[in-house]
Amino acid sequence: MAAYVIRRFLQALAVMIVVAFASFLLFNFVGDPIDNMVGQEATRVDREAMRDSLGLNDPVAVQFGRFIVNLLRGEFGISYGLQRPVAALIGERLPATLELVFVSTIFALLLGIPLGVFTGIRRDAWSSRLILTLSLLGVSLPTFVVGILLIYVFAVTLGLLPSFGRGEVMDLAYWSTGLLTVSGWKAIILPAITLSLFQVTLILRLIRSAMLEVMRTDYIKFARARGLSERVINYGHALKNTLVPVITVIGLNIGTLVAFSIVTETVFQWPGMGFLFIQAVGFADVPIMASYLLLVALFFVGLNFVVDILYLVVDPRLRKQHIAAIGKRG
Amino acid sequence: MKINNLVAAIVIMFSAAWLPTEASARNVIRWASQGDALTADPHAANELTTTSAARKVYDSLVYADKDLNFIPWLATSWKLINPTTWEFKLREGVKWQDGSSFTAQDVKFSLDRARAKTSDFKKQIDSIENVEVVSDHLARIVTTGPNPILPNQLTTIFMMSKAWSEKHEVAEPQDFAAKQETYAVRHAMGTGPFRLVKREPGVRTVMVKNEDWWGLADYPHEVDELIYTPIANQATRVAALLSGELDFVLDPPLQDLERIKRTPGIKLVQTAQDRTIFLGMNQAREELLTSDVKGANPLSDRRVRLAFYQAIDIDAIREKVMRGYSEPAGMITAPSVHGHTESLDKRHPYDLAVARKLLAEAGYPDGFSIRLDCPNNRYINDESICQAVAGMLGKIGVKVKLSAIPKTLHFPKVKNQKTDFYMLGWGVPTLDSHYVFSYLARESTWNATGFEDPKISGLIDEIGVQVDFAARDKAINTVWEHMKKEVVYLPLHHQVVVWAMKDWLDVPIVADNGVRFIYAKINKP
Amino acid sequence: MKWLQRQANPYRWTGDWSQLLDGDLAYSFGRSPATVVAAGVTLIFFIAAVFAPWVAPHDPFDIATLDLNDAFLPPVWQGETGSWTYPLGTDGQGRDVLSTIVYATRISLTVGVLAVLLAAVLGGGLGLLAGYVGGWFDALVMRLADIQLTIPAILAALMIDGIARLVLPAGDQDVLAIYVLILAIGISEWPGYARVIRGVVMAESGKDYVSAARVIGIHPVSIMLRHILPNVMGPMLVLASIGLALAIIAEATLSFLGVGVPPTTPSLGTLIRVGDDFLFSGEWWILLFPAFALVALVLAVNVLGDWMRDALDPKLR
Repeated sequence: MAAYVIRRFLQALAVMIVVAFASFLLFNFVGDPIDNMVGQEATRVDREAMRDSLGLNDPVAVQFGRFIVNLLRGEFGISYGLQRPVAALIGERLPATLELVFVSTIFALLLGIPLGVFTGIRRDAWSSRLILTLSLLGVSLPTFVVGILLIYVFAVTLGLLPSFGRGEVMDLAYWSTGLLTVSGWKAIILPAITLSLFQVTLILRLIRSAMLEVMRTDYIKFARARGLSERVINYGHALKNTLVPVITVIGLNIGTLVAFSIVTETVFQWPGMGFLFIQAVGFADVPIMASYLLLVALFFVGLNFVVDILYLVVDPRLRKQHIAAIGKRG
Repeated sequence: MKINNLVAAIVIMFSAAWLPTEASARNVIRWASQGDALTADPHAANELTTTSAARKVYDSLVYADKDLNFIPWLATSWKLINPTTWEFKLREGVKWQDGSSFTAQDVKFSLDRARAKTSDFKKQIDSIENVEVVSDHLARIVTTGPNPILPNQLTTIFMMSKAWSEKHEVAEPQDFAAKQETYAVRHAMGTGPFRLVKREPGVRTVMVKNEDWWGLADYPHEVDELIYTPIANQATRVAALLSGELDFVLDPPLQDLERIKRTPGIKLVQTAQDRTIFLGMNQAREELLTSDVKGANPLSDRRVRLAFYQAIDIDAIREKVMRGYSEPAGMITAPSVHGHTESLDKRHPYDLAVARKLLAEAGYPDGFSIRLDCPNNRYINDESICQAVAGMLGKIGVKVKLSAIPKTLHFPKVKNQKTDFYMLGWGVPTLDSHYVFSYLARESTWNATGFEDPKISGLIDEIGVQVDFAARDKAINTVWEHMKKEVVYLPLHHQVVVWAMKDWLDVPIVADNGVRFIYAKINKP
Repeated sequence: MKWLQRQANPYRWTGDWSQLLDGDLAYSFGRSPATVVAAGVTLIFFIAAVFAPWVAPHDPFDIATLDLNDAFLPPVWQGETGSWTYPLGTDGQGRDVLSTIVYATRISLTVGVLAVLLAAVLGGGLGLLAGYVGGWFDALVMRLADIQLTIPAILAALMIDGIARLVLPAGDQDVLAIYVLILAIGISEWPGYARVIRGVVMAESGKDYVSAARVIGIHPVSIMLRHILPNVMGPMLVLASIGLALAIIAEATLSFLGVGVPPTTPSLGTLIRVGDDFLFSGEWWILLFPAFALVALVLAVNVLGDWMRDALDPKLR
């Protein structure tokens, strides 16, 4: 068991080092960093001097080592475009993205779960089929189209909700939150809906298929035989068993959420990580791009690692299987 | 117990947010434009958005007012006491926003700082050799040679407090080599009409009225707070304006102007800008970098340049791309600039047949291919203009490959001479042709045409020091005529700037596209 | 639930087309009107894309035929300036919107189909090798696949695209953009196919006929292929249809963000990005028609894929 954990950890570490190296290459060799730092009138002598002072003439291994040490210390370099330490920038923008992702997931759950239950228990009703087909719309409408539509209808035509920004935010220690102000809530609604749409489809279908399976099991039949009301059966018993896979899938789909949040943030000018990244691409701001790459990789590798460990802990069958498999492969 | 306290705190904060904000006796202007200031350090970036922002918090010795007249500001008067020395008398009673007094020490410090190695303004004032402090309110500037227009060059050189800068270790303008962001990137303290409260680069900048500003008596503006948001996406910017979330937009997209005009509660103001958009053609290289012509440079032949020129239907561009908001140009500088003449501003006629003939005469009857480099986020509809140009040149057989990229990538390309054919726009803060010549008519980092003529350079030098205005004007005219005859550049149009604002807000539009809120009038019902 | 009525193994196909038409698959296809419509729509788009030069009334990228003075004309039914020359109106450079949509569909579908093909070949190849070779190679490939399954296509594509942009010389970026996109999206989708093929390979490689083949001297892989292919057809098709929809959306999203196909050879996503600027200006046709085309295309492919998944998955019946 411990061997398994250590093995997974080492694999994760290996992947991270590869990604770090790729990020390092990006940082130091793509696009001359000096070009971006000196003013227009710097002479060649000035540039060489700057290269030396930044250590760009040292051997690659030394530079990479320095890079890693800096990373561990939390120094991600200075953004070319915004002239601020990338670490600070990320720290500022992360709460915005996380809040958006959180609220949109709540919306998706609120809408997806009831719909999933409904289409699960009434699977042949035409309303069910309609909902299913409509749900396909959720994954077919590109996020940016939805965002544009919502802005047009709710912000400009009806004037009900803001078309950009986060509204008033309050600073609590390191976290700036928009969830404690009225304008903050008004500002998060449209982006959250936009981001939640494709998740609704996913959750809906997941719950539906899980419900379909559960409804056929024996203990549900027995519950009915005992005379329990439909509502208790559906929500009390059936639903509970569908939640575990739902949560797992949501967890694994956080990646897609992060990806689509980039688009949502761009459309709504939401000052989060995704927007920062897109601005960086437009600016050819290599430090931000490289740091974003690193962080995202770290996030996913970490996520995978956690999921692996959790599976192992949760499912004893897996434990046995893995040990057997490891033994077989030798 | 701790949890309860936390919950209580959250409830209180939340309720506080629900309470109606104080009665709107406060005038808050929420405004936006496409880009953000690059930094709050007034000497680190010589770029319009940045200097415009700096102008709200910092003051200069001389000010360009809303009609672009140069008026006394922190300096009340100035005179030449000898051909190479200007004496500036400074305004008394001016206080920094932290309460300390403004003196000539600060002037010397600021001018030295603006000439430091890391300053982006040093070329603008490179005629200054030395600054002397004569007394608390008297300073002398010694120049290397006679410079009759020195005061005009000081309108974007801002004054910083020596004490504050030294205290926060920003005695030098922001230096990128240092690993720490300098304090001045997000903090500012000047003598100006507004205080910088919060600056979140790329997100929001908040300023409040400086009640102790020395100029309030002459410019009694009522703007209490300015909240600026950069919004790059055109549709979002317009949406925010139309929905009422913004009170002022510096650059409403041209295609939406009709709709904005029809929207009640919002109005437009416009004026010709001091910026001209043109195309540069490299005429000095042996062989072009991006063309299929080997062993020769077609652009070095005047006839080819003229063919390009006459293939451009600038009226179609004006009508369709600029929606009527541009002034076709025959010179690369605007009417408001000294040295401009109506006759020289007339374009060579649009004539496809003549253009094709010229190309054939020059030896390229089947045309050739070339790459056009353009920015896509700097000038009004820059990318669309370039697309139109590419299309028009295609009609005479020149196959144009268009490369439209962000300004941060485009400008280095031009400055490093890595382009054959490029778009550029030039604004003239000094409103004098010499500024244009020194950057575009002789060898300089901004001149990627390779054009350099000793006779012309000699004339430009003379213009720089000539104190006889008649002779000076004649020299200026000679240079312009030469530029036009030789088709050194391909002028497109003078930009027209349009500002959109709520009906209750009145901000006079200025030809340098820098918004000056000290002239704002607020007529809220 | 069987594809074909008379076979014991539901996925084994003997090459008899008439059986296919008689089978359950065709039956369920005919019964669902949504699927029929979707198939029709997809077919129309594909035909338009392949035969673009003949289908489109104009060539919007032949610069010699463009006239800036024709810019911003409304669709034929609107205003006095609408005409049948430009049935859906023109854009800001004078290009016919209908023609640009046809050519843009070509680009969108090209990227989508090639990306899926790349993913299938790459994933299939890796899966085959991993299943056959086993050992640390298999572990490595599966680990990579695991990790990549959580990284969404768009994010991976964005990264690869961003890096490519920096590395490639500026002048060639536009031409290479399509290939970079295909590469980026294709690479991000391979794990699914790898998993499927690997599973089947591992199941088959223990069988007797494989050892027999080795004894005779025939390479086991060539024998396995004949047994493997029928088993993976179903799942691969499902993956491909989902993958195609995803690829089209990924490309559209990247183009919308500005890091996809450039306006000189636009895809539907690029058209939407350009059209977005005209959202409020009254020239709504520049945005609406490309957006509608994109949604219709993706929806059709999704409905088809959905039906395919239902038809091939016994559990949901």
